[in-house]
Amino acid sequence: MIRLVDVNKYFGDLHVLKNINLEVKEGEKLVVIGPSGSGKSTMIRCMNFLEEPTSGHVYIDGVELTHKNKTEMNRKNIAMVFQQFNLYPHMTVLENVTLAPIRLQGLKKEEAQQQAFRYLDIVGLREKAHVYPATLSGGQQQRVAIARALATHQKIILFDEPTSALDPETVQEVLDVMIRLSRENITMVVVTHEMGFARQVADRVIFMDQGTILEEGAPEHFFENPTHERTKAFLSKILR
Amino acid sequence: MKTSPFSLDKWLRFFTNWEAMAEGFTRTLVIALLSLTLALAVGVVLGILSSSNNKALRRAVRCYVELFQNIPLVIQIYFFYYVLPYAGVVMDQFAIGVLGVGLYTGAYISEVVRTGIQSIPTGQMEAAKSQGFTYVQAMRLIILPQAFRLILPPLTNQAVNLIKNTSVLAIIAGGDLMYQADSLAASKLFYGPAYVTTGLLYFILCFPLSTMARKLEQRMHRKAAAPVAVSKKAPAQALAAPQTQMGGI
Repeated sequence: MIRLVDVNKYFGDLHVLKNINLEVKEGEKLVVIGPSGSGKSTMIRCMNFLEEPTSGHVYIDGVELTHKNKTEMNRKNIAMVFQQFNLYPHMTVLENVTLAPIRLQGLKKEEAQQQAFRYLDIVGLREKAHVYPATLSGGQQQRVAIARALATHQKIILFDEPTSALDPETVQEVLDVMIRLSRENITMVVVTHEMGFARQVADRVIFMDQGTILEEGAPEHFFENPTHERTKAFLSKILR
Repeated sequence: MKTSPFSLDKWLRFFTNWEAMAEGFTRTLVIALLSLTLALAVGVVLGILSSSNNKALRRAVRCYVELFQNIPLVIQIYFFYYVLPYAGVVMDQFAIGVLGVGLYTGAYISEVVRTGIQSIPTGQMEAAKSQGFTYVQAMRLIILPQAFRLILPPLTNQAVNLIKNTSVLAIIAGGDLMYQADSLAASKLFYGPAYVTTGLLYFILCFPLSTMARKLEQRMHRKAAAPVAVSKKAPAQALAAPQTQMGGI
């Protein structure tokens, strides 16, 4: 579903991604962990070309992602949930969720709204449909962002540290929604530090450090016997 | 005995010339409206271009802005009036007024628009792109509506400046309010009444606008502060009265 081939990314002189090769299967739930600055966010942002690789190739469903087709490809295949939610503050929750279906997929307003209410039900926020995002808590905003990502029916949803900006007490409500989501046949790539979530949901976990994929395996592997010293050191810090 | 420039007699005789003043006032108003339209068009387009990724475009806009902002408007008007005819471009004072003041203010407005766009968090454009919106769609649906709310107060201030700046047209006999005042002052020695009345008329045009700008700004600050209080205390109340939220932030 997603394939990265020899992907390198530089920011100026800084070599953030070093020859990344990775394949994510259809329906797979992949969790990406690693210290900050390890390149995990950059890598996930290469998957929808928010960052364009300096060299290498990204394939979505067999089609190479390019500067030219990225808008089209994102429209059809890939949705993203951001650390800072990035809801559109000048629109109500309902408008946030229906904007792309109406403008990009040609749905009628009523259809789009009906469908939006379904997704708002899934994330438990139907009653907030007519308020503006600024009146919601972080956890609620992120759930709206997930509803917005679902509303366009893409096969892939990328999650870039979806709970890192949340108050501790609202983290779980977002994770619960994601866990529910993981039962669907959606390909999920999740950058996160939530190891409990990884254990429950991930088909595979990869550990990144200094721009490379240092270790990968089933979540149990990471909890029971990680190979690299670096992985052990990292995990010992985030697993308490 | 020398009469005061403000003597009652002068006022009375000045007001018999009210038609000239009314004509100047109307002309100032029309020139202001047309040049404001031009300035907004120029400003919005250049403002968008100067926040694009294209370096050449950005540089071209920069040149325009610096050129128009750093040369006095009077000289620009002289240029249109005295120099352009040598290049075969002859315009009447009215056209020069609209074009000169419009292009000049357009440079300022483009800066206002640019800073407005740049003050929208990058995450907004990223969210739009990740959903598959093109750059133009993202601008139109997501970035500009947010930026516009932010820049409405400074835009209104630009409109006030524009109205006052139309007064430089007097130097090329623009037929505007200031010109009429000048000519009544010079030809009939109505200095006092002419300039006091003119100042008052400009004030009447500008004061409501600058008051509006101030009000808009205050409202914006209140809105920016409000959501935090609402989300912490009474989300239910926000739901009960969604119309109070209609302005967004």
